[in-house]
Amino acid sequence: MEQKQSGTGGSLVAAGLALSLVVLTFSTIYIFFKRTWWFPEPISAFAEAVDRQFDRTLVITGLVFFLAQLALGYVIFRYRDRGGRARYSHGNTVLEILWTSATAVMFIGLGIAAERAWASLHWMGAAPGAMQVEITGKQFAWNFRYPGADGQFGRTDPSLVNDAAGNPVGLDTNDAAAQDDVVTATMAVPVNQEVEVILRAVDVTHSFFVRELRFKQDAVPGMVIRLHFKAEKTGSYEVACAELCGLGHHRMRTVLQVLPEDEFQAWLREQAAE
Amino acid sequence: MAEAHAVAHEAPKGFIRKYIFSLDHKVIGIQYILLALAAVFVGMFLSLLMRLHLVWPNAKLPFFDVMTPEQYLALMTMHGTIMVFFVLTTAPQSGFGNYFLPIQIGAADMAFPTLNMLSFWFTFVSFAVMMAAFFVVGGAPISGWTAYPPLSAVGEIAGPGLGWGQSLWVISIAIFCGASLMGALNFITTTLDLRTKGMSLMRMPLTCWAWFVTAILALLGFAVLLAAGILLLLDRHAGTSFFVPGGLVITEKLIPHKGGSPLLWQHLFWFFGHPEVYIAILPGMGITSHILSTFARKPIFGYRAMVYAIFAIALLGLSVWGHHMFTSGMSPYSAFAFSLLTMSIGVPSAIKTFNWIGTLWGGQIRFTTPMLFAIGFVSLFVSGGLSGIFLAQPAVDLPLHDTYFVVGHFHLIMGVAAIFGMFGATYYWFSKMFGRQMSEFLGKLHFWPTFIGVYCIFMPMHFIGLAGHERRYPDTTAVQYLAALQPVHLFMTIAAIVTIAAQFIFVFNFFWSLWRGKKAEVNPWEATTLEWTVPSPPPHDNFAGRYPAVYRGPYEYGVPGAAKDFTPQHVPDGAGGAGSH
Ligand code: HEM
Ligand SMILES: [Cu+2]
Ligand SMILES: [Cu+2]
Repeated sequence: MEQKQSGTGGSLVAAGLALSLVVLTFSTIYIFFKRTWWFPEPISAFAEAVDRQFDRTLVITGLVFFLAQLALGYVIFRYRDRGGRARYSHGNTVLEILWTSATAVMFIGLGIAAERAWASLHWMGAAPGAMQVEITGKQFAWNFRYPGADGQFGRTDPSLVNDAAGNPVGLDTNDAAAQDDVVTATMAVPVNQEVEVILRAVDVTHSFFVRELRFKQDAVPGMVIRLHFKAEKTGSYEVACAELCGLGHHRMRTVLQVLPEDEFQAWLREQAAE
Repeated sequence: MAEAHAVAHEAPKGFIRKYIFSLDHKVIGIQYILLALAAVFVGMFLSLLMRLHLVWPNAKLPFFDVMTPEQYLALMTMHGTIMVFFVLTTAPQSGFGNYFLPIQIGAADMAFPTLNMLSFWFTFVSFAVMMAAFFVVGGAPISGWTAYPPLSAVGEIAGPGLGWGQSLWVISIAIFCGASLMGALNFITTTLDLRTKGMSLMRMPLTCWAWFVTAILALLGFAVLLAAGILLLLDRHAGTSFFVPGGLVITEKLIPHKGGSPLLWQHLFWFFGHPEVYIAILPGMGITSHILSTFARKPIFGYRAMVYAIFAIALLGLSVWGHHMFTSGMSPYSAFAFSLLTMSIGVPSAIKTFNWIGTLWGGQIRFTTPMLFAIGFVSLFVSGGLSGIFLAQPAVDLPLHDTYFVVGHFHLIMGVAAIFGMFGATYYWFSKMFGRQMSEFLGKLHFWPTFIGVYCIFMPMHFIGLAGHERRYPDTTAVQYLAALQPVHLFMTIAAIVTIAAQFIFVFNFFWSLWRGKKAEVNPWEATTLEWTVPSPPPHDNFAGRYPAVYRGPYEYGVPGAAKDFTPQHVPDGAGGAGSH
């Protein structure tokens, strides 16, 4: 019955499919190497650690991708129907055990290697004496609060939230500690200083995302989430919302300025004056 | 087995009992497949509108005039929901599974035919309720297929579509859960109880294993989603606060809820949601194995390992839901556990891939249309699976989570790979189901633009994700770094237009072959399993009362010394020229 399906038609399809797999493999790997669309330059040690782990993962998965796709291309061309019988075999236990252990070691090793960067961000708190900034997400804007000279955040109360009156986070001005709090619509931090961010949300879940820091954290209503980063390159970086929060999700954007210490202090004074 | 025969019921007479409220698993399977076919075209049309809007935001589109952001988000929510629930969960499992599980194990029907009928009609009602969300005040919901509260819980105050639309969404999902639970029970019981003589578990085709394990996952997953859905409904309409914390201020109004947790929903949802991706893909894996073995003319490489791998994937799949929540604010220590468990799923997945290549190795491959889609499945599974290795590492996930990198990843692995499984199944089994062959020429014509097209749509998504392109953005003008990525959007949209156009070749082939196709033989592919022993289409009770006995495993191709290169399961040793082994 072999003549029914085989012949040059089969060979042509086999060759075409094998060729598409080769083109797919090489063009994908080429675009990954060319890095036309890629992460922006990292601006913190954490971001660099993430990038290193990304690269390790890329090498391993790239290798598997290359081998698997080309092996697939090879077998379909090599073993196209040319009449005759297939090789009768139910498998090979030794090979099976070999590649199972190899992938286990590779993938789980990679997973363990990744935990260091995660631990540095999440398992360890901010350095003592780190500057604090409270980040509040709200449909569809970010607000930032600096504790002012007293180093204390004042009380807030949801019932006081009022954008028109210039109180987007519901600051309770009866509290003495709240008097000198500075609330801003863009964020600035001094360069090379550890900053502890305190994330909150007023209405629904948002996500604070800064590409250059490789930093993303949801701001969840009812939760207060503390994380930290240290930006090491001055500049202005875009902040976007990464968790669907409603019809203005895509325009919930602001900027993070990383400034030299003196410029940062000037910026803060200017904001306080407004 | 006596029980196997007990479920046989009289062939129905009237049109309604035969084709509408049918108890016959074959009719019900086809009903599911037609429902999924309708759903996939709705879902695809919505995605086309989205892709057009992303590239030409000011163009006038059919039904929309110029699309607003909330309309985009409504399309996105409905697209994802329709595709995941009404396409990927229905066709591969309830559609093809219903039709072929009983036949492949030598049974007359499913264990509970009435439950089977009910589960289809629940699904149908669920679909109707979901579609109704388009037409109510405020339109369809905008909270995504994941429906995270508080956005999904507090009503239209949080945005358009979150009133009636969101309520219908939740109700539809709850009904769907009920349908899936009934289906799951039926599949599990059928597999365990109705196997014919000689059909031991380890002689079942891999399709049956996949359907069986998928049913177990569905039973555990949909039970939890049902509970979550009911709680969400109570939060929305009964004033409870399971998911809504106190002190929320939405558009300057204080919300009366107190004491709930948004993360609770995420845990419940993803406890279902991750197994769901395996519910979508496992049947495709089974079908791919089945097709690869048939057309390589070789036994499956490592049948046992394949079975164990399915179980390993399912077991691990139930314990990794937290990998969707690395940025959610959940405990960073549990992230460590979720991460390592997720990385471990790479191992059984790799076993499957190796064994598929091993099956092809040394074969005599026949490049039929189903075979092309099965090979495409393997390629897509590799590509889509590997990007998961990045997302599974919490630190690496931070820049990638909720970007197009994720959209690319899940479309390749759960979207397109599963769809390739369905295409493979359709081309493979069409003749059995409808008695006529599909056109091979049109099938191949369909395969090429589809295979190349899906890679062109979804591979570039990974790159714009690396560059930080958030997902669920109707518009890319507010965030400035997105401007540089617009040419990639254009490329993907053109690829989507071509790929979607190519799907009409499939539809044409489907309906044309239904009436005009070449009359099918009983066993046109020279295959070994029981569905190829019955007429095309099979009679009402499948085997006309004469239940086959099974003498060997499912994939005895190329047995040395046998007269033919395939030795069917039902042929006794020594008879019909079958060799022994
Ligand atoms: C015709 C091929 C398809 C195209 C062009 C397409 C396109 C899209 C687009 C543009 C989005 C919105 C991305 C965003 O704004 O974040 C999306 C989301 C989605 N798609 Fe598809 N898609 C296709 C097929 C599928 C299939 C087969 C599935 C089945 C799994 C699927 C499942 C989803 C899901 C679950 C979402 C997420 C919705 C959400 O974020 O809530 N898509 N797709
Ligand atoms: Cu948002
Ligand atoms: Cu998952």
